[in-house]
Parts: sequence; structure tokens; C-alpha cells
Amino acid sequence: MTTLVNSRLVDELGRAHEFNAAACMDCGVCSAVCPLEIELLPRRLFRHVLLGMEERLVEETETIYSCLLCGLCEESCPGGVHITENVRALRHFLNTNAVGGAR
Amino acid sequence: MPLPSKDVIGILSDNLRLRGSVLPIPKRSAIGWARDLNLPRGGETVIYTGLMVQLIPYIEGLVKMQERLGDSFLARFTPLGRWMNRFVNLSAFMARPSARTRTPYDRILADVAGLLQRAGVEFGYLYEDDLYTGALTWDLGADEVVADHARRVYHTLERHGVKQVITIDPHTTNMLRTVYPKMVENYDLRVSSYLEVLAERELPLQSTLSGELALHDSCVFARFENVTEQPRTLLNATGMTIREPEHSGRLTWCCGGPAESLYPKKALAQAQRRVEQLRAVAPEGVTMCPLCLVNLQKAAGETMPFRDISHYLTQASRS
Repeated sequence: MTTLVNSRLVDELGRAHEFNAAACMDCGVCSAVCPLEIELLPRRLFRHVLLGMEERLVEETETIYSCLLCGLCEESCPGGVHITENVRALRHFLNTNAVGGAR
Repeated sequence: MPLPSKDVIGILSDNLRLRGSVLPIPKRSAIGWARDLNLPRGGETVIYTGLMVQLIPYIEGLVKMQERLGDSFLARFTPLGRWMNRFVNLSAFMARPSARTRTPYDRILADVAGLLQRAGVEFGYLYEDDLYTGALTWDLGADEVVADHARRVYHTLERHGVKQVITIDPHTTNMLRTVYPKMVENYDLRVSSYLEVLAERELPLQSTLSGELALHDSCVFARFENVTEQPRTLLNATGMTIREPEHSGRLTWCCGGPAESLYPKKALAQAQRRVEQLRAVAPEGVTMCPLCLVNLQKAAGETMPFRDISHYLTQASRS
């Protein structure tokens, strides 16, 4: 599969939020401490955003809304990624674009 | 099968936009806890419930309905339900808790008001103008709806001349102290949780309690509002022995509550795992958030009692 990097997605997500997915080093601490053991969140999702893979975000809708926003991953993150706010930004994006709940 | 998240988020957002709360509750139920307390109306300092505690029995009613719907063919009609809910407040018909179900939550609010009075704090109450803050819809990413609502809430506080609010639960504290300043221009409001106020004032105590409590920190208090020491200081002063579970303080584990509106089964599984950690250190659990309280109580069933921190503080401070 060919993936074209599309910066529109990260620009759009970052406009109204403290979105800083680029600070993620993909180290996996977030996945290791997650009480729900959500392996995908947040590091791989952030890669999808950085690559502009909007359709992959839509496929992961349930995962994105399952996150507890409890912040344990953020507390443990060595990269200072605003994980909870980033996940909230993904929900906002899905609400206003793909999922359409809050409209 | 969970209900379609789009429609559940839509119903909650529509309710906040059209009716001022994710789950509109009758005014009489919202302010009933203060009926016999003769709290002055308004003032520069007010106790602010944000309806969070009062909403819990209604949310529980709705979640039970969701669980039933999610497993039935009726789940297919959720989009129609959202459309109808815009014109008729369907959620009010779906969740009608009895007075008996609401009483323990009203007790928490009355206990907190009593604690503040015994600590010598002068405060009023906004009664029907004590509005929901939009915490749940904020978590779900409905930013525009919440921003509009935040301006309405702040305007109401300004109209009453409120300078300081004393909050009860972590979610209302977080919205008013951390989230609203990002959305409302020229926001100027001092926000303190009652636990912070009581710890600072040194709540006068009348009796010494005994027993062991497993302390469950709220994620929002611990990690977003830096409230970890105050509950420990206050509980230690009562004589109760605090037992710290695996994952406590800033590294506390979530009760699962935030997943409940969309995925109740996932929320329950998380709460059950947390109950195991708490049960391993003490026979009784103490919480400081109504969402944590209800989720852990539900997961523990008869195996472990959970109470709000205000219960113990009230027992120790009342003569």
C-alpha cells in the first residue's frame, strides 16, 4: 500500500488544540501503563495523524472513544506529549468530520 | 453491542445546547438537597455543585437503558431517538430515579455544605442558577457546544456578582478552573475544591474515628488539579487509617467511569479491576468523586462498601 504524507490533517487538528503528536517518540510507555491496555492508543494513532491517514482514524473510532482520558499515560510520557488533549482533539475531529455526533 | 457513538454523543450534545445539561433533570431534584439548609442566595463566594452529584442517579438510569437497548433490535432506532429528542426531552422519560435512589447523593451535597459551615466559611448558593458545566460533552470532544455553554455559565456567575466558587467534585473543579479559562475571554473566577478549602482552614473535629480505608484518588483531582494531599490530611486528622492501593496519588488508576456513556461494559470491567486493587489493602473504600463512587460501588456489589470522603469528615466533625 502506498501512503502519501498529507499534512492537512495535523494542521487541522492543531488549529484549535494543543495538539503535539510530533513530540511522540513511539517509545510505548503510554501503552504499557494504560489501565485498559489499549495498545493502539495513543502512539500509533499519532503516527496516522502525522501521515494524514484520516481513514485509519475513522477505523479506530471505538478505540478513540474508549480512552478514559485518565491521564496516566501522559503522567508517564517522557516526551511531554499532551496525550489526553490530543485524544480529545481526535474526538473533536471525528465529531465534526467523519462521525458527526456533535453537529 | 454498544450503541452508535455518533448518536449518543449527538443526544448528549443536543441536550447541553437545547436544555443546558447532558441529561436535563427537574429543578426540584437539582436543588432539593439544600431545601432545609437556609443557604443565602448568591454572594461573592458560592458553593457550586455544577449538578454533577445530582446527575449521577439519572446517568445510572440512562446507562441501564443503554445496556438494554444496546443488546436489542431497538439499537437500530437510535438515530430516530436523537432526532425526536431535539423536540421532546426523551432522556427525561428514560431516566427517572426514585427519591430513595437520589437521597445518598443529596446527602453528599448537604454534608459538604455542613462541613464548610463548621469550618467557618461564609458562602451562598445559586439554586436554579447553579448550572451544569458540560464536563461529559467536553470529554467527548464537542468543543463548540461546550464553549457556547461555558459563556452562558460564566455570564450567569457574573450576573450574580460571584468572585469565588467552592466546588465539590473533580470534574466541575477541572472545568471551571482549567478548561473554562481557555474558552471564555476575560475569565476571572477563583475556584477551589471544598477539600482544598477545608484542608487550608483546618476543619474542627469533635470525635475520633477508627478503621482502615482504601483511598481511591480521582484521576482528575490527582493529575489535572493537583489535589492529592488534602484528602489525606483531612482523613488522617479523623483518626482513620489510610491504606494506599497499588496505583495511588498522581499515579492513581481510573474507576472506568469516563467510558460509561458510550461503552458501559468496558467501564464495568475497569471498575472491577480497580476494586480488586482496593480490596487488597482495606475492607472499606473511600472516594472523592461521585462518578468513582457509583462505578466502584456497582463493581464491588456486596463485597466491599464504598463511601464518599464527606461521610467520614462529617462523622468526625459533628458534635
